[in-house]
Amino acid sequence: MQPASSLRSIAPEGASPGRRDPGVEASVRHGTAESIRLNLTPPVRYVLRLADTALIHAQRLGEWCGHGPVIEEDIALTNMALDYVGQARALLTHAARLEGQGFDEDQLAFLRDEGQFLNLTLAEQPMRKASAHSPGGDFADTMLRNFLLAAWFQLFWQKLAGSSDAELAAIAGKALKEARYHLRHAGDWVVRLGDGTDESARRLGSALERAWPYTNEMFARDAVDAEAEASGLGPARDSLAADWQREVAAVFAEAGLSLPPPTPFVSTGTLGRHSEHMGFILAEMQSLQRMYPGGRW
Amino acid sequence: MNAAAARQPAPGAVRATRTRAQREEAAWAVLDTVPDPEVPALSLRDLGVVRDVLTRDDEGGVGVLEVVLTPTYSGCPATEVIARSVAAALEEEGLGPVKVTQRLAPAWTTDWMSESGRRKLREYGIAPPEHLEPTGTDGRSRGAPGDAVPARPIRLRLRPVACPRCGSAETERLSAFGSTACKALHRCLACREPFEHFKPI
Repeated sequence: MQPASSLRSIAPEGASPGRRDPGVEASVRHGTAESIRLNLTPPVRYVLRLADTALIHAQRLGEWCGHGPVIEEDIALTNMALDYVGQARALLTHAARLEGQGFDEDQLAFLRDEGQFLNLTLAEQPMRKASAHSPGGDFADTMLRNFLLAAWFQLFWQKLAGSSDAELAAIAGKALKEARYHLRHAGDWVVRLGDGTDESARRLGSALERAWPYTNEMFARDAVDAEAEASGLGPARDSLAADWQREVAAVFAEAGLSLPPPTPFVSTGTLGRHSEHMGFILAEMQSLQRMYPGGRW
Repeated sequence: MNAAAARQPAPGAVRATRTRAQREEAAWAVLDTVPDPEVPALSLRDLGVVRDVLTRDDEGGVGVLEVVLTPTYSGCPATEVIARSVAAALEEEGLGPVKVTQRLAPAWTTDWMSESGRRKLREYGIAPPEHLEPTGTDGRSRGAPGDAVPARPIRLRLRPVACPRCGSAETERLSAFGSTACKALHRCLACREPFEHFKPI
């Protein structure tokens, strides 16, 4: 038997995205979905950076479902994941509209290849495996990252609420309210862990060491930022740096942490060049739509 | 026109006897009976997600009844259910054709929840949200309600939420996030009952 024909039996012809065989439920139709390729103009890139950071962060938070240290935190982490998914959906829909080929939010989330995802590298970092008792990872890593990102998002939404793009401004105005709850919750935990036991302070400190090098990218500036700033689409990332540092330093002071010294490394997720962890997230997140194109339930 | 058609009024014939204002008023009354799928004690009108009911002209002359909804939280899974139940309820009452549209700005705030909604929540065992902002005559909050919320950790600065069962102010927050995106979990130290708090946003 030729390899090609055995492949064909797994991926029958006609199983392309959106096409349905009248006699067969789309949900049980096996196939392989082809990737889509977006035309990445600067405004599309600008919106995707935010959308993908929210989406990938949501995916990481969602990994805690069923693994939270206590049920209230389990619920809190998945609640926040849900908010980020909602923000990502609105932004992806808007990015698709700006892009103009007629794709929708689901196609953008499930059918793009790694190089077309433009999230901050920090969001895709795995949670450190702490012990057999916390299979989702170290709670300190999650909470610290959640805090650093929530502080960034809050500032971003504040400025984006004044966007010249009415839809983007509306999305930001709504997301801002959610970000404040995320920030308070994460900030509360940073203080509790930092100002808690020796063990919790040690683990928070080492979480900070791991996360800190990735924060430079949150305030990097490139042509996409410059164009957005000039056109009134939204703020350039570097314009958020001073407020973010002030916000973070205030909570760190209460937690007994200090801002680490600056590092030269700038990660490149927002340029589509990701860490080795990204492919694994996408494999998990996209597998269903890749295997059952257009599947609904 | 044949006899059968004469017995069966044409679609819209009954509705045509209503004025626009009567139809819109009837729609608001129906929306007061459609429950929020996640907090069924509240109607959608109580919740403050119905921003507008208006009649759009179409070629048929009946006019499409447009219901403008605003979502509560970005990721709220009830958003789509709400849109479907609004259309179904209005069509069932003969107020169709109905079109449901979404309006994101200004963003929904719990300040739009009605007084009767707050009372129903309390009776249901959920502490209602506090008012965030004085409301202008246009019904819109002045400024973004979230702006007044400090980002600092708040464990020592929380204002007590009164227990919806015994009224005591001796309560504590267990978690800022509860069974749905819009609620937090609290406990009453007086009657020892746990309860949920509809978060002001």
